Amino acid sequence: MTKEPVKLLEDEGLTFLTCMQCGTCTGSCPSGRYTSLNTRRLVLSARRNKDVYHDEDLWMCTTCYQCQERCPRGIKIVDGILTLRTESVHMGLMLPDHRKVAGLVIDKGHAVPINDANRERRKELGMDELPETVHKYPDALEQVKKLVEVTGFVQLVRNEGSEVAEEGQ
Amino acid sequence: MKPVSLFLGCIIPNRYPGIEKATKLVLDGLGIDWADLAGASCCPAPGVFRSFDKVTWLTLAARNIVLSEQMDRDVLTICNGCFGSLADANHELKNDPGLARQVNKHLGEVDMKYKGSAEVRHIIEFLSKEFGPDKVKDAIKRPLELKVALHYGCHLIKPSKDRDMGTVENPVFFDELVEALGAKSIDYEDKMACCGAGGGVRSALLDKSLEMADAKLLHIAEAGVDCIVNACPFCHLQLDFGQVEIKDKFGHEYNIPVLHYSQLLAIAMGYSPEDVGVDLNFIKNEEFIDRLRG
Ligand code: SF4
Ligand code: SF4
Repeated sequence: MTKEPVKLLEDEGLTFLTCMQCGTCTGSCPSGRYTSLNTRRLVLSARRNKDVYHDEDLWMCTTCYQCQERCPRGIKIVDGILTLRTESVHMGLMLPDHRKVAGLVIDKGHAVPINDANRERRKELGMDELPETVHKYPDALEQVKKLVEVTGFVQLVRNEGSEVAEEGQ
Repeated sequence: MKPVSLFLGCIIPNRYPGIEKATKLVLDGLGIDWADLAGASCCPAPGVFRSFDKVTWLTLAARNIVLSEQMDRDVLTICNGCFGSLADANHELKNDPGLARQVNKHLGEVDMKYKGSAEVRHIIEFLSKEFGPDKVKDAIKRPLELKVALHYGCHLIKPSKDRDMGTVENPVFFDELVEALGAKSIDYEDKMACCGAGGGVRSALLDKSLEMADAKLLHIAEAGVDCIVNACPFCHLQLDFGQVEIKDKFGHEYNIPVLHYSQLLAIAMGYSPEDVGVDLNFIKNEEFIDRLRG
């Protein structure tokens, strides 16, 4: 069952209830100048009800922490936004591009895997074609694959129901 | 100084390998005891993974940290995203035994155990604290007379509750390292502003993300600098490749060269711009590269 946001935040040791709606966060937000994100409003809406899980503004935050650093009430705004995002994702709401990035880590162990152009660049620089990462060590990649399996991450990302939701968008 | 393992992440080895090479040259040049962190994966990317599932984020981050614990080395990152992800994960796991138990249950499946014996470092704070600008200055061969727009990026200094880098509004430790190389760090409007790439915004909402980068680049252009210097390959990508995208999408052309601090330091140590891949950037400014050849 999806938790009420106030309870969800409380379980993570966080609260938005002390917010005095001063707007310092919104005034500090680099994203809000170009997107619909209004941090003060988002904080308020997370105090109300579960609608916040559907709020696309949750995904416009760059996690720059400027708001959190300046909040006069010491509210951990970004930690809260990340917690709300997590709940939203567990409801099956994921932006298609984020699902893709998650899939790359599941398959290759890198969110940005090597490509032909960069194999060439590495060689031009006199380096090994592949870096000393999971790219070079298949056993290490197997460990990563095992871990995303046992944490339930593969199922979360490749969940059929949410795949349909994505196509319907 | 504890020996370190070099954590590469994704963007440096797979998109800007010149930064990887520069970092290794610099670590050797400074006599730092470092080793490859063989078999490491994505940190994992904080924007997506931390937003998706906390335990998965912590488990994959812990695996990378354990690889370094097994070598009895601290983890050295060269990316603000990797630093943010791994340092924050390390912090959570050290302070929350319940979470550490949960993560260790998963790691047990691959015969690993997180102990909490390694620290996570970022090359800029590492150089600043372990060497300081004076010792860095002693290590260079060729002072670089450049006007530089410095971009700290966000997660090198924030959240300040989990960092130890002083003021987040007007930090100077990175400026000092740049000026140690003979360059001048030029002030510009909104210097501490985010590049716009993080939090999964670049990957899912490219145009919005580029509008933030465009504002940043405009302020930098107005300050009249020779180049941008950063501490993070994701900021590097956003400010370098981003200039190509911004030209295509918004018609604004800047043509400002972008370097990671490792590259700038390697050049001051006597390597050529080609040695460290400055010519492999998307923004190719021949005049600037010529000046770097000295
Ligand atoms: S800065 Fe803090 S107190 Fe002010 S509106 Fe934002 S969250 Fe509320
Ligand atoms: S952390 Fe997010 S909400 Fe806060 S100022 Fe930065 S972009 Fe805005």
